[in-house]
Amino acid sequence: MMETKRLVMVAVGGQGNLLASSVLGEAARLAGVPMRMSEIHGMAQRGGVVESALIFGNAHSTIISDGDADVLMGFEPAETLRALAKCNRNSVAITNLAPLMPFTVNIGQGVYPDLNKLQALIRAKTARLIAFNATALAREAGNVLSVNMVLLGALTQTAVLPLTVDHVKAAMQHKTKPAFLDANLKAFDLGFAAAQNA
Amino acid sequence: MHKLLTDKPGDQMMLLGNEAIARGAIEAGVGFTSTYPGTPSSELSLSFFQMSKESDLYFEYCTNEKVAVEVSAGAAACGVRSMAVMKHVGLNVAADALMTLAYVGVKGGMVILTADDPAMFSSQNEQDNRYYAKISGLPMLEPSSVEEAHRIVADAFDLSEQLQEPVLLRTTTRINHSSGVVTLGAIRPRRTRGSFVKDPLNLVTVPAVSRKLHVKLLQNYEKALELAETSPWNLREGDGPWGILCNGVSYNYVKDAVGDLGIAAKVRLLRIGFSHPLPPRKIRDFLQGCEKVLVVEEGEPYLEEGAKAIAQEAGLTLPIRGKAPELLSRLYEFDPAMVRRVVGDYFGVPWKARPPVDVSDLPPIPQRPPTLCAGCSHRATYYEVRKAAEELGIETLYPSDIGCYTLGLLPPLSMADYLICMGSSTGTAGGFAQASGRKVVSFIGDSTFFHSGIPGLINAVFNQHDLTLVILDNGITAMTGHQPNPGVDMSQLKMEGYGRVSIEAVVRALGVPHVTVIKPYKVKKSVEAIKEALQFKGVSVIISQELCVLYAANLKLPRRKPFQVSDKCRNHRVCMTRLACPAFYVWNERIKIDANLCTGCALCAQICPENAILPVKEEKR
Ligand SMILES: Cc1ncc(C[n+]2csc(CCOP(=O)(O)OP(=O)(O)O)c2C)c(N)n1
Ligand code: SF4
Ligand code: SF4
Repeated sequence: MMETKRLVMVAVGGQGNLLASSVLGEAARLAGVPMRMSEIHGMAQRGGVVESALIFGNAHSTIISDGDADVLMGFEPAETLRALAKCNRNSVAITNLAPLMPFTVNIGQGVYPDLNKLQALIRAKTARLIAFNATALAREAGNVLSVNMVLLGALTQTAVLPLTVDHVKAAMQHKTKPAFLDANLKAFDLGFAAAQNA
Repeated sequence: MHKLLTDKPGDQMMLLGNEAIARGAIEAGVGFTSTYPGTPSSELSLSFFQMSKESDLYFEYCTNEKVAVEVSAGAAACGVRSMAVMKHVGLNVAADALMTLAYVGVKGGMVILTADDPAMFSSQNEQDNRYYAKISGLPMLEPSSVEEAHRIVADAFDLSEQLQEPVLLRTTTRINHSSGVVTLGAIRPRRTRGSFVKDPLNLVTVPAVSRKLHVKLLQNYEKALELAETSPWNLREGDGPWGILCNGVSYNYVKDAVGDLGIAAKVRLLRIGFSHPLPPRKIRDFLQGCEKVLVVEEGEPYLEEGAKAIAQEAGLTLPIRGKAPELLSRLYEFDPAMVRRVVGDYFGVPWKARPPVDVSDLPPIPQRPPTLCAGCSHRATYYEVRKAAEELGIETLYPSDIGCYTLGLLPPLSMADYLICMGSSTGTAGGFAQASGRKVVSFIGDSTFFHSGIPGLINAVFNQHDLTLVILDNGITAMTGHQPNPGVDMSQLKMEGYGRVSIEAVVRALGVPHVTVIKPYKVKKSVEAIKEALQFKGVSVIISQELCVLYAANLKLPRRKPFQVSDKCRNHRVCMTRLACPAFYVWNERIKIDANLCTGCALCAQICPENAILPVKEEKR
């Protein structure tokens, strides 16, 4: 029986993590891996946090408890930190380092965490941290909105999930808009390379 | 073609739970569908809405859930398979219709979907609607997964036709908003027209008729009991001495826990999917084989109480436990690790959890609550009401209601003081006006006004309360994903066949003595109009009309020019501290506006004491 692997994705509404889930769902189908997921996206459009749980393998549950994530992938650094309890010592964490300032900070309620400290904390508590500016790479790939594809590249590089580069790229062809495909594939490659060098 | 209309039995599709249910209904030949939107059921209604535009399926967005049940009941009385969809609290609104519809029954199958929301991801409470089955006497089915959600719908329709009464189908958020692979089944022929046979002595619930109908309801209950005994939705697995009784998504957590703990050989499991009426023999037989039983169910101890009552009748004294401080809670949702721990503890199985990383030393992380969009008209109206009250120097109290505008609760707007349920702003305002001695200004959205706000306003007119009601008319039901409501201009959506109800005409027709319509993006004029309304003694209504900006963007209406902070800015930060529009950010200690987020509402520009906020010049964009 194949081992169950669990991925938690956190993002701020509008960062494209729903598309990332749908690509991973398709990739799992192509790989012949059973996959279930759940998403809490109630107020995504009003700037709230969107959390997705993706479970690959034969588990029945569609949510992931604290400590149970094999991979935590954050589209925004403070959100990665907020979700850190999903990890255990052996988890891999991937985070975009480009902050999206919560409006609470702008009106003086709270201070945004220091990015170096944030990385040091996550690195000390998990097996591996892959942290880089995915937004910059998305821009470099020609589409600022492809942060999700950059992160999928990094995720695929970790090889924690039973999905290969070919599976994910084929899924991107099925699930993303043809007009953006080239930029998306480039974004994926940049993310993959960034994880190799991280 | 809509993907859920694909006529390829055997094909597999990754579907959201709500889509799986919609597909299940299509396969069951549903002909008539109705809803009042509500998370987590909204995508189910949306699927019906979309399919109704591409097929002969009938769908309507209704004024509220009671109406949604009533229109579906009418269709079902004509023999058409019908489905009414709502969130759990919607069933409270529909409850009056439900209770007696249970007596009257149906001819065509009728399914009422109630989407419960344990943990209140997007709801005002987490009531457990299994008790609605009990109080109404109607059968209830509950799936445990997306795949089951798809398959259970046809059974619900068949059951409804077999018993000639509506069937309740209960989901929870983690079914509606999970995705899984569904194998498509064949689509049964859809009947969208039926015929009504007059039968007043069975269909008109005067007391003499209802006395008879209640007897029929109880007879049906007995039949349902027998069906529950053999229903495949009540699943038995394993025959060890450790009993686990569960339902819904808890079944998944139990399955994973039993696997992780390696105790499959010791466990006897009963998963209840036909949750009302509970099958007494099936549960008794299950209990008889157990040493002790753990009941794993989110919400209230519905199964636990049922099982204990059955055990008592059978003279069984084994421990049956579920809700307890050291076991499972009535609060919020469960998760796999929690269930694993409780199962392990209860049956004395040692288990080493993967401990979550220690997060006690993390720095405080600023909250990221959802907030009104940049340029949301609600922000403008809130600012103006506050400003008007300040200028008049009056002490105000702000009963609110449910919608995007409830987000105005948070600072810096802080414009909500009290909220119970949809429509409550108009009713509670009367009580506050009478008892608080303060100026009461309540807020309600357009969809909520139609849903259940009107009776409270009529009450205020009749009882001559002294209050101001602000109707935040953004021309759509925004909060739940931009669904139409009776005030919406459907021609903007290029949709034909709809009427339109004018809120202003309704309010005037109710006899409200002081009615003003404002355009909230015009700050000065609006503040003056609001001041006048606040000073009026008696009932005054302000209708604040401006399209939801997110909806306007979806409609591809022309965008307004974004604004920028010029170097005239002297850093008073009034814009930030009073409005906190999410398009603002701080850069080198100065306020800036993100031109991609700014929708050009010009609210900040109008309140800046230095007039430092100006439209971005064309060439700069
Ligand atoms: C009885 C009930 N039904 C449905 C809902 C879900 N719901 C919450 S707010 C809302 C509609 C809000 O629309 P509107 O009043 O127009 O305000 P807007 O979001 O557009 O600001 C709905 C349907 C609910 N909370 N309670
Ligand atoms: S969706 Fe519309 S009503 Fe809701 S916060 Fe955004 S602009 Fe305001
Ligand atoms: S004009 Fe001002 S208040 Fe309006 S959206 Fe732009 S920044 Fe926000």
